[in-house]
Amino acid sequence: MKNKTDVIVVGGGPAGISAAVTIARAGKNVILIERGKFSGSKNVFGGAIYAKPTREIFPNFEETAPLERKTVSHKYLMCTEEDSTSVTYHATKDEPNSYSVIRSKFDRWMAKEAQKEGVVIVTETLVTELIVKENKVVGVITELEEYFADIVILADGVNSLLAKQIGLRKEIKPKDVALGVKEVIKLPKEVIEDRFNLADGEGTIGEVFGFPMTGILGLGFIYTYKEAVSIGLGVGLDELVERKIKPYELMEEFKSHPTIAPLLKGGELVEYSAHLIPEGGYKKIPKLYSHGVLVAGDSAMLVNSLHWEGTNLAMISGKLAGETAIEAINKKDFSANTLALYQKKMETSFIIKDLKTYKDLMGTLHYRAESFLGYYPKKISSFFRMFTEVDSIPKRDKFRAFLKSIFTDRSISELFKDGINLIKLVLGVLK
Amino acid sequence: MTDEEKIEPKLSIDDKLFKVKYVPDEESHLKPDEAQCLACKSKSCTYICPAHVYEWDEENKRLIIGHENCLECGACRIACEKKCIKWQYPKGTKGVTFKQG
Repeated sequence: MKNKTDVIVVGGGPAGISAAVTIARAGKNVILIERGKFSGSKNVFGGAIYAKPTREIFPNFEETAPLERKTVSHKYLMCTEEDSTSVTYHATKDEPNSYSVIRSKFDRWMAKEAQKEGVVIVTETLVTELIVKENKVVGVITELEEYFADIVILADGVNSLLAKQIGLRKEIKPKDVALGVKEVIKLPKEVIEDRFNLADGEGTIGEVFGFPMTGILGLGFIYTYKEAVSIGLGVGLDELVERKIKPYELMEEFKSHPTIAPLLKGGELVEYSAHLIPEGGYKKIPKLYSHGVLVAGDSAMLVNSLHWEGTNLAMISGKLAGETAIEAINKKDFSANTLALYQKKMETSFIIKDLKTYKDLMGTLHYRAESFLGYYPKKISSFFRMFTEVDSIPKRDKFRAFLKSIFTDRSISELFKDGINLIKLVLGVLK
Repeated sequence: MTDEEKIEPKLSIDDKLFKVKYVPDEESHLKPDEAQCLACKSKSCTYICPAHVYEWDEENKRLIIGHENCLECGACRIACEKKCIKWQYPKGTKGVTFKQG
């Protein structure tokens, strides 16, 4: 048959590339179709890839990949309108947990590596539809022609119109995604290292709670590149809709916070970008396979919102999809029955286990955003303001006033609900 | 006012979009159902879109769509209360190219 190969992978991001390279390494024929000018050209993320999962796909990536900075510290910053409280973990061991990367450079590098190992990559080509015959996916339709394959792996991203076409994905609701907006702001290398307390080549990650998203399900992020700072926020799409918030204006508010603004001072905007983050968690994972088709990465809604994992889940799910495809090719059986192996591999891996661990997290945060992302961060700030302020008021009086305020600023029933939800979350994680 | 006290000017959405690289398509890949838009109460696309692609023209009672500024995130498709935006990706050679991402 013309235009027929073993596997077609749709989407040249981390999931698609990992799937394709796994298949090519087993000597099977694989074509990867990417709609952008090059891999990464349509992709956006905060800024860091994790070292261990990346090594599972590209064992020696640290030697040649375009890495920006190795992460040595992780800062959690809680902001109110006028102040902030932070906790920083600083790692001193040699082996970094993650590296900041520029997505369009890193994905492009991964694609080139995959090409060297035999993956055929077609860029600037949009897959508009899947070809389905007798209830089985047998190929794809692009703007120009049809391609056929025994297996199609969908790694076409968070919007996955293709998974939707064949009914694997249901319509997404605004509360199941966050909108990420990001700016890359150019600053001299030395300035970045001074401002963020970094040695040469070291980088940091900042997670920002609270202002300007006090009581809203949303977080800010800061990553350091060699000569730029990546700053942005992810906020529930439902929150934007209901509160009539313009994301770019929220971003300006975030950047103007007295703790954030000095970090960016004098910098020049290099690029503005936006992307959806599939944050629905375990309950929103679609069926991962059907006859002749597998779904990986963002297309499968694989994001761990609490630990900021997404790219790694994309890579490992892509690898598992690739392994499943190899077994199916060897057995010459592409039925859902055989491809169900992917589901099993996913369930026994950390991916589904972790997402299951946090299955109630997003629901609880939606329900309690006003307290967990509003009231308590403010209370933490007011505690430290009280604790550091020297004003000739006896300390015992100040402590008592603070404790009393916890019970007067918020009704007992709300405090009780917060407590119950917190305990439920912790038990949900540990059980 | 010394340099230290100077407050950075806030960036408008136009300042931000000016930095994005696009190859615009002549035909829009975003096609809302105009009759539905007229009946839509929230018109959430006009404020949730990170590229301010949509603007409501009150005089002519229609949605003005600047599809050439689209960052291809898909937020409008999901947020639309009428679920009436026929949303596709731009053609393979068109649309946004992120140099950083």
